[in-house]
Amino acid sequence: MSSSVPTTISSQAAANRLLLRRKRAERRFQLYGILAISAAVGFLVVFLASIVSRGYMGFVQTEVRLTINFEQELVEAGSYRKILRTSLAELFPEAGSSRAERRALAGLVSAGTVFVLRETVEADPAIAGTVRDVWVLASDPVDQFHKGRIDASLPEEERPISDASLARIAALEQDGRIALRFNRSFFSRGDSRNPEEAGILGAIVGSALALVVTLVVSFPIGVMTAVYLEAFAPRNRITRLIEININNLAAVPSIVFGLLGLAVFLNVFGLPRSAPISGGLVLSLMTLPTIIISSRAAIRAVPPSFAEAAIGLGASRVQAIFHHVLPVAAPGTLTGAIIGMAQALGETAPLLMMGMVAFVVEVPGGFTDPSTVLPAQVYLWADSPERGFAEKTAAAIIVLLGFLLVMNGLAVYLRRKFEKQW
Amino acid sequence: MLLSYLPLLIIALFGVGAFYASRARISAAPQRALPGLPGHYGWYGTLWTVVPAALVYAVWTIIDDQVIRNIVLSDFPELSGAAATLLYVSIENAAAGVMTDDVPMASVELLLNLENLSAAARFALVTAVSVLGFFWGWRRIRPELTARDRVETALLVALFIASIIAILTTVGIVLSLVVETFRFFQLVSPFEFFFGLEWSPQIALRDDQVAASGAFGAVPVFAGTLLITVIAMLVAGPIGLMSAIYLAEYAHPRVRAVIKPLLEILAGIPTVVYGFFAALVLAPSMRNLGVDLGLTISSESALAAGLIMGIMIIPFVSSLSDDIMTAVPMSLREGSYGLGATASETIKRVILPAATPGIVGGFMLAISRAIGETMIVVMAAGLAANLTANPFEAVTTVTVQIATLLVGDHEFDSEKTMAAFALGLTLFFVTLALNVVALRVVQKYSERYE
Repeated sequence: MSSSVPTTISSQAAANRLLLRRKRAERRFQLYGILAISAAVGFLVVFLASIVSRGYMGFVQTEVRLTINFEQELVEAGSYRKILRTSLAELFPEAGSSRAERRALAGLVSAGTVFVLRETVEADPAIAGTVRDVWVLASDPVDQFHKGRIDASLPEEERPISDASLARIAALEQDGRIALRFNRSFFSRGDSRNPEEAGILGAIVGSALALVVTLVVSFPIGVMTAVYLEAFAPRNRITRLIEININNLAAVPSIVFGLLGLAVFLNVFGLPRSAPISGGLVLSLMTLPTIIISSRAAIRAVPPSFAEAAIGLGASRVQAIFHHVLPVAAPGTLTGAIIGMAQALGETAPLLMMGMVAFVVEVPGGFTDPSTVLPAQVYLWADSPERGFAEKTAAAIIVLLGFLLVMNGLAVYLRRKFEKQW
Repeated sequence: MLLSYLPLLIIALFGVGAFYASRARISAAPQRALPGLPGHYGWYGTLWTVVPAALVYAVWTIIDDQVIRNIVLSDFPELSGAAATLLYVSIENAAAGVMTDDVPMASVELLLNLENLSAAARFALVTAVSVLGFFWGWRRIRPELTARDRVETALLVALFIASIIAILTTVGIVLSLVVETFRFFQLVSPFEFFFGLEWSPQIALRDDQVAASGAFGAVPVFAGTLLITVIAMLVAGPIGLMSAIYLAEYAHPRVRAVIKPLLEILAGIPTVVYGFFAALVLAPSMRNLGVDLGLTISSESALAAGLIMGIMIIPFVSSLSDDIMTAVPMSLREGSYGLGATASETIKRVILPAATPGIVGGFMLAISRAIGETMIVVMAAGLAANLTANPFEAVTTVTVQIATLLVGDHEFDSEKTMAAFALGLTLFFVTLALNVVALRVVQKYSERYE
């Protein structure tokens, strides 16, 4: 480097040139820094924007208003399929009654409509024998078209919706029989093969159950370990071994925890596959280091004079720690626990091994029921070819990010509120 | 169902009762200076009432399934192994109300009887042990009892047991990986695994199918992991390092307070979300771009997965580098400025050389993160093991192979599943080595300026 800097400066002009060059280099270097930060932050913005723009439509759903004649004898016979067919045929009398046409008509509304009609009558038996307007879910292609995600100018064979259906949708629009409404089924149902009926309630409940297991297992154990290591452990080999272990566990790839869970929890202990209890146990082993490390930091931040004063007044060491140090450190340990739970909520890879990436229709009701979790639902839907699922995936991601935002926000708030410099 | 949780309820109730009873007993005793607060005597009573009974409950619960299974299956001495398991599962299902054909009804009856008997016996035993424990403790509650010491010793033992769990987890990981890997290496030689050039673990259904035996040469898998990691580091290295330099040396504290958490958000986004972005947003647009430019970019290209992974690990590089650079003593900077150097010259010639070990440590941690990352590559990288250095082609990684080999229902003694454990063990040791070395380097560095 010294070769480029002359040791004697022959003239003022040369010195000025050198200075200019150095100042330019300085500005260039600063620019690189700004560019790097803009690249990272810019990506974050593009990333979030692209997910929101793909997903926000998932919270609304195209619905169709059908005028349904709940004929007494058909209701009694339970032939809701015929009730629906009649109603659709009355709406589009020109369709005729050929099998293909009937199928095309039925394809306008969700495949689950028949069950919805049955549930409507079961909820209110007085409906039988009357004619009612019922809002039912549109089928996935109709939904996607109505949301403007299908280009009608494409040739007919290249889009999932036929010309005849397009004409019918236009007719429905003219009658005010088709509208975008808040997507209730997204928040009230489990998974489904039909995108328009698929919901994330099952995944949310599954995640909540798994997190309960994780919290109940890892929080007490984590805090106890932290207390032991910070306040009681003698400085010896075993203590050092435990400390090294915890630091290394924090860096073990999450999928390796999945292998552990598979080999030990499922194969040796025989815990149920796909159940929140087994998934939660694996997650708790993963979050344990996070909780231990942050709890230790919180305990260490309490000045030793607290414990010393208590001991000076006759308390035992245990009393001093549990009555005077731990309460002061509690917000810090709690913050660590929340951050650990947020990590566990976003984790997918180990649950892949535990069979929690599964098609589960029923909303799980207990810790041993088959269930899936929010990120696993995202993974499953991202793999589905139907257009409707792409939107659902992004919507589920928005929900997941929302939960994470709330949890991390809570942690930051707790830290700000209770953080003290002693 | 009720009978299985009832013992726990009993233990809890008795424990609370024992606390108050013991405390009342010591309070009623002739008063003198006690070696403990009345509450300590209460806890002493609770411990004797709860701990032995809970241990009995746990042991009984762990072994009773196995005992019942052995008794039920002792009627079928001719069955063993998988056949016995199959029969037992169908008997269990029948007992749970899922009727299947040709289940020996006598066994179902026997199973149900045994289960009821076991639950009742457990209930009786747990209650008895709890009551006995209570009276044992109760008799010893006298003013001479050093209750505080006893209770605190018990507490310390509990704390120690909790901290052992971290070691148990590591032992569990290593054991489960090593056992399966050992079995794998009995079928496939380690030499073939570490140096073989062909990876096609899917066992064929028919004998005459191509690659019927499955090939377990993991070099293409390692190469794919390396390719994606290199791409990721090419993104994360410069961006992370330059961000850290700017934040540590140039940025106004207020800018820093905003930008730093923003960058850290990148590490907090669930990886499945990155995977979605890589697979459904980035990869298709890259393929289209490739078509426009006349390149063939696979829709599962290493480039897409690597780019996104690089973004994910930016904070791992930048956070640590930032910390290290701010730890460089001010006197070094001031010395450099005093000699007339500009800020960038100071950074390049003084601060970076001083911080190099720490920065290297940060890079190593980021690499270990990238190697172990699963969801991005599962969603955006390929399944087929190509041995290539072309970033536009699809490659596979160690984590993708582990995930695909183990997802779904398998028998757990096929070469396929054992191969996943062998890959897992390799992954575990490589990331462990990277972390240990990185932490060493960082630690050694931070001692230098203290």
